[in-house]
Amino acid sequence: MKHDNSYTGQDFKVIGTRVKRPDGIDKVTGRARYGADASLPGQLVGRVLRSPHAHARIKAIDISKAEALPGVKAVVTADDMPVPEGLSGDLKHTLENSMARGRALYDGHAVAAVAAIDAKTARKALQLIEVDYEPLPHVTDVDAAMQPDAPVIHDWLYTSGVDPKPEKPSNVAQRTEFGLGDIDAGFAEADVVIERSYKTEATHQGYIEPHACLANIRPDGSGELWVTTQGPFVYRNVCAQLLGMDIAKLKVTSSEIGGGFGGKTHVWAEPVALALSRKANRPVKLVMTREEVFRASGPTSSTSMDIKLGATRDGKLVAARAEMRYGNGAFPGIWGMLSCMTSFACYEIANCKAIGYDVVQNRPKVAAYRAPSAPMAAFGVESAMDELAAAIGMDPVEFRLKNASKEGGQSHYGPVWGPIGIRATLEAVRDHPHMKAPLGPNQGRGMACGFWFNIGGQTCSDLNVGIDGTVTLTVGTVDVGGSRASLGLIAAEELGIPYEQVQVNIADTGSLGHNDMTEGSRGTFSSGMAAIFAARNTIEVLRERAAKMWGIPVEDVIWEAGQAKAKGSEHSNLPPLSLKDIAAKSPKTGGPIAGHNEVVADGAGVSFASHICDIEVDPETGATKVLRYTVVQDAGKAIHPDYVEGQFQGGAAQGIGWALNEEYIYGEDGRLQNPGFLDYRMPVCSDLPFIDTKILEIPNPGHPYGVRGVGETSIVPPLAAIGNALSNAVGVRMHHVPMSPPRILKALREDRRANRGPAKVA
Amino acid sequence: MSGVLVTTTINGDAVQFACPEEETLLDALRDRVGLLGVKEGCGTGDCGACSITLDGRLVCSCLVLAAEAEGREIGTVEGLVEGGKLHPLQESFISHAALQCGICTPGFLVAAKSLLDRNPDPTETEIRYALAGNLCRCTGYDKIVRAVQNAAKEMRTAKSA
Amino acid sequence: MRYEAPTTSSEAAALLAAETGEAFVLAGGTDLLVRMKNLMVEPELVVDVKRIDAMRSIEATTDGGFRIGAAVPGIEVGEHEALGRAWPGVVEAVQLIGSDQIQGRCTIAGNVCNASPAADTTPALIAADAQVEIVGPKGRRTLPVASVATGPGKTSLAKGELVEAILLPPRPAHSGDAYLRFTPRTEMDIAVVGAAVSLTLKDGVITAARVALGAIAPTAIEVEAAAAAIIGSKLDDGAIAALVAACSAACKPIDDKRGTIEYRTEVAGVLAKRAAMIAFERAGGSR
Repeated sequence: MKHDNSYTGQDFKVIGTRVKRPDGIDKVTGRARYGADASLPGQLVGRVLRSPHAHARIKAIDISKAEALPGVKAVVTADDMPVPEGLSGDLKHTLENSMARGRALYDGHAVAAVAAIDAKTARKALQLIEVDYEPLPHVTDVDAAMQPDAPVIHDWLYTSGVDPKPEKPSNVAQRTEFGLGDIDAGFAEADVVIERSYKTEATHQGYIEPHACLANIRPDGSGELWVTTQGPFVYRNVCAQLLGMDIAKLKVTSSEIGGGFGGKTHVWAEPVALALSRKANRPVKLVMTREEVFRASGPTSSTSMDIKLGATRDGKLVAARAEMRYGNGAFPGIWGMLSCMTSFACYEIANCKAIGYDVVQNRPKVAAYRAPSAPMAAFGVESAMDELAAAIGMDPVEFRLKNASKEGGQSHYGPVWGPIGIRATLEAVRDHPHMKAPLGPNQGRGMACGFWFNIGGQTCSDLNVGIDGTVTLTVGTVDVGGSRASLGLIAAEELGIPYEQVQVNIADTGSLGHNDMTEGSRGTFSSGMAAIFAARNTIEVLRERAAKMWGIPVEDVIWEAGQAKAKGSEHSNLPPLSLKDIAAKSPKTGGPIAGHNEVVADGAGVSFASHICDIEVDPETGATKVLRYTVVQDAGKAIHPDYVEGQFQGGAAQGIGWALNEEYIYGEDGRLQNPGFLDYRMPVCSDLPFIDTKILEIPNPGHPYGVRGVGETSIVPPLAAIGNALSNAVGVRMHHVPMSPPRILKALREDRRANRGPAKVA
Repeated sequence: MSGVLVTTTINGDAVQFACPEEETLLDALRDRVGLLGVKEGCGTGDCGACSITLDGRLVCSCLVLAAEAEGREIGTVEGLVEGGKLHPLQESFISHAALQCGICTPGFLVAAKSLLDRNPDPTETEIRYALAGNLCRCTGYDKIVRAVQNAAKEMRTAKSA
Repeated sequence: MRYEAPTTSSEAAALLAAETGEAFVLAGGTDLLVRMKNLMVEPELVVDVKRIDAMRSIEATTDGGFRIGAAVPGIEVGEHEALGRAWPGVVEAVQLIGSDQIQGRCTIAGNVCNASPAADTTPALIAADAQVEIVGPKGRRTLPVASVATGPGKTSLAKGELVEAILLPPRPAHSGDAYLRFTPRTEMDIAVVGAAVSLTLKDGVITAARVALGAIAPTAIEVEAAAAAIIGSKLDDGAIAALVAACSAACKPIDDKRGTIEYRTEVAGVLAKRAAMIAFERAGGSR
């Protein structure tokens, strides 16, 4: 049945209330089962041997001693994971990323793996595997990787998107370009031009739960995988294809997920666990150590950017150019392209051009991280926006307001804007008491804006009514931060029943049709839409059953406030039938009552946010302290405000960590120097203030309740908001993220040397 | 094969298990005693997900050898429920949405209880520093701090009532 | 691996002396278990000293100083009121280590013997002129804290020797100490630079001082020139400038993931200045 996804504008009864999440008790009592919390009879312990080299030819791997160790049940290398016929492109790269084939491409790249009866034996076995490496020249820096003399990582990689096609392979995988108008004409029109270069270091999603799975391949080739993932259906499809299995023969069950932020949308060691199980013919549990998580799973791009903005004296942004070079790690991706698409979205700029380069390096394959690629581009653009505002003598908020994108306008990356929230978030920032609060010495305030697309995608859900009238909603999007509560509210709202009457389950791949992953801020948006449609289908069934119970035509039955009502005066003697009444009679009126829906959830509404940050700098040490932080973001409609605020706060905190301290530090040898929480330095509780939030609700016309995704945008503005605050606090403009104490102190020192001249590049 | 037999008290119950000498208490609690509420986030004492109390002191169970638990008293998140009732901190974490993914929650609860046992009326700063050994990547800590403040208040009220 | 938990120091020393493979003392375990997890060490023998009575308490000594058992966790050091009054800088240094969880385990003796250049307690103990009491197969000896570490991860302790206690001298009248470190995070971090100052006043003038720095050389170091710069002064601006210059001059740091040579050299002086001012105030001085 086709349903209308347009905004209904209805008054809500339960949507917007702060109910308790259904999985709360299990999570506060330690009963919730995460990736490492499942077991099967006879399971083995899987462990992975990883390359200590940034780039090396694997001349030989001798596994005989490891195989001979008592208690070792399987040792696998790339030889045990052959490339299935027809596998190509990204999937082939994913297979090679999960197990090196002939060459180790980065420090931490898997080269072999073992399954043994216990952890001690597995560890010993790894030490017995002899790998003969021939170290090769490596490159980890994105700019260095683009140089003509850089070691070429893949001899098959030719830059796409350039004309003519290059004659030689290079590390530049693709060039992309988006924009509008004529930038030369635009800059000619500008009175003031700001041109700056920026660099940002790679960061990690930093989820607290390491990757973990329990693989069980049976001798008949069928199997199951219990795994911490943002998308069991996608993991199933990918793993089955990499292992040459039939998709239906692999059942994937998502465990509770201990954080993902994009990092659990990609498979890492899961294919290896499956290959070990297949070879050992036993279940294999594989849990990555924290060090492995850092060395061999999803960091972001490290970037290098040139941003040029031009405005007229009266504050009109007339031209913009961005050239953004994004590291992709060992395999090509689309990260530079995404930076192009997000870079100028906040503003209406008649002449703009965003150019992106995707560049491979000897680093782990880059993975999505919350609004992937957008925070770095925003750091460059929003830093330059502040400098431009200062140069023309305008307040930075007013300057942004004057140039903010608006409904009906043409975005630089394609779509024409619908109703959007950039202007509203800026007005809310301008009027917020935070903007007027006093500041002390060495304290500064900054603000910045951010944009993210949000996506919809393939979604499927089931709604089943129990004999007692309670409702089970089954969805296929993993709950990463409270979405079960939100989806329960949606089902309750649509059916007109109390929230407590609804139970929400997350399906395994054997129980529901395909669902895309919980990514792109789509979980509540798209499963919410499917839940609404499934509920509407259920209501159709409920009306039919009521009609049958009453013996009247179904057209005479309406569904209102959780009850079937017979309309028309001729039926005035019929009292309404509740969901419970109808459910109780269901065995005799046609059997189970259920509603189902599968949909490509179109209509995702874009999201904008503006953040305010106060920071204090110790001018003698470069130490920083975030004193106050406010997030303003358009949610479309906040289904469960607590969890919307939670998304705003969590993204802001990650952005603060990224801005100030988090970074991948590589040595000259191309090895990661800080693969642990101690030296990666994510913010701890005492590093942060309360993070104030203001939820704006500008309905998304493409969703019945007006919902927009809320998960990602909050990580986009913090880098620039902090950079701008820092500049206002101590007068130095930082161009390199993280803005760590040594970098800040260096900038202050150079600033002092220059005798308080113009702001210096750090 | 060598190994140690450990007799200890966990959440008030006498427990015995055998394990290799080098095994951490974290691994023993999870793999031998079945207390899967004790989580491993790093195994190096940097995230606090495996927080427990050992003779009443808050520690990371990943930094304790299982053999050291001989004759000691251990408290884990599984021991917070008393008489079938959630601890006020557990109630408060749910009602304040202080968890998103929930993997860090057991460690935060054990650490927060340890704080409130020592200091029933902590300031915001005291709460933040007492919880600084527990990493949370989802919440930005905001709702966690508020949940602890609320639980402390409720516990003080209940005590004075 | 063997795990032993003897009840006397001499037993512990005998076990360590007799082991032919890699043997380690387990006090708090906050460094050892991390190294075991990362397979940096694979011990044959671990000797847990937490069941040795002589190592489990903090005692006031007859001369007016303190004896801190090698197995006393940081949290107990922080809870000891008399110790906190006498040596606030040392206690602060202990309390800066890790988190509450780490405080429940970590020990001063472990911090000193782990011999990290960035150990927080070592500079504070050097400034306090603390000693370690060592038990070994050949009996007991005491050693200044500064002589324990000989390089990153290396100590002067002989095979079979272990620290039984840290000895703090009596606190002279009109004296004070302080320790400050720089870390990017407020907690759960390793010192990028650490600075400790202990000083004594007479009539408002500094008559004795000791200055020590951490994380700026292969071991924590005492900077005599820095102490000399403030002795005889009322910690006026000139004395402070000389102290800062002496500290920065004494730095021989490295560039690593935690900081740069340039940064450490500059911030060492800043922290020494601030620590000196706190110690001066604690001693009853006024600038």
